[in-house]
Amino acid sequence: MGLLDYFRNSRPDGTANVAKERLQILVAHDRAERHRPSYLPKLQREILEVIRKYVDVDMSAVSVNYEQEESHEVLEFNIILPDTVRHVV
Amino acid sequence: MSRIIVITSGKGGVGKTTTSAALSMGLAQRGHRTVVIDFDVGLRNLDLIMGCERRVVYDFVNVINHEANLNQALIRDKRCDNLYVLPASQTRDKEALTKEGVGRVLDELSQSYEFIVCDSPAGIEHGATMAMYYADDAVVVTNPEVSSVRDSDRMLGILASKSRRAETNAEPIRELLLLTRYDPPRVETGEMLSVKDVQDILSLDLLGIIPESKAVLTASNAGVPVILDRESDAGQAYSDAVSRYLGEEVPHRFMTAEKKGFFNRLFRG
Ligand SMILES: Nc1ncnc2c1ncn2[C@@H]1O[C@H](COP(=O)(O)OP(=O)(O)OP(=O)(O)O)[C@@H](O)[C@H]1O
Ligand SMILES: [Mg+2]
Repeated sequence: MGLLDYFRNSRPDGTANVAKERLQILVAHDRAERHRPSYLPKLQREILEVIRKYVDVDMSAVSVNYEQEESHEVLEFNIILPDTVRHVV
Repeated sequence: MSRIIVITSGKGGVGKTTTSAALSMGLAQRGHRTVVIDFDVGLRNLDLIMGCERRVVYDFVNVINHEANLNQALIRDKRCDNLYVLPASQTRDKEALTKEGVGRVLDELSQSYEFIVCDSPAGIEHGATMAMYYADDAVVVTNPEVSSVRDSDRMLGILASKSRRAETNAEPIRELLLLTRYDPPRVETGEMLSVKDVQDILSLDLLGIIPESKAVLTASNAGVPVILDRESDAGQAYSDAVSRYLGEEVPHRFMTAEKKGFFNRLFRG
């Protein structure tokens, strides 16, 4: 090992930093997923059924977002309505 | 009062069985009546690491199915009178471990043992969930490596939601991190996640750091739990972990590389 190696080794610049950053993102995502209530998919289906009574939308037009904030949870529904809203009834 | 300790990880091959053998031997050597159970149905290995594979007659599944009683299945360790091994079955299907059956056996064991150490199989499926279900304490064995850390975090999620303690709203399982196969020189060059990196992510109580060690293979070749190799780094690290588990305050060792030469010292300052 030459002198340069000693200098290089004295400051960690290996791939462990990358590993840590990737892990932090991944684990945060896993944890958020774990804390999503298990009723969400069913809720999404049933809400969609109700909306369909009035508006002609399909499953992909509805997105559900669940977030945990410090003191409360936010359940967000995003429904993309078709250009011209037709009444089904 | 007996304590049920699960040795778990999610990811396979990280050192659960090595750890189960070492910790159970360590607890027994300090005078605690201890039994170690192999939950890895179909892939039993604990008996090999403990060096009692030729004395297996009946196994855990036989006891669950009432084909043998506990005394017939338990193997007393030849080196330590306080230690017993309950081997896994080699051939039966994994579903043979039922929640009721496992619960009944653990109940019976807790009448006469202080510590019941459960060596979990890899994964997060049936066998692993059976091993952790009744636990009071969990030793989460983790290697300083991305997939192992991630799987440990998943296992923490399972401990917190699917265990008996979680289901009955009892005090949560005590979770302890055991970082194994740690290689300080590679940590110092930034190639390997450090203890701190792993702790920043998992934030658990640190039971110990077990260095990557040749002694582990030597010990498993001979069927001797590595903790009995008192000269070895891994043996000493496991021994420290047992002390910590029992409540002693022991400083962490094997965290840094041994300084090798003059130049190394000079340039590291
Ligand atoms: N500290 C260590 N240093 C070197 N090798 C180790 C160390 N710990 C474990 N090993 C080796 O890693 C391999 C896997 O160990 P072990 O069987 O204990 O893991 P495991 O988590 O029980 O695996 P499985 O998930 O298959 O049950 C073995 O070959 C063992 O010798
Ligand atoms: Mg194993």
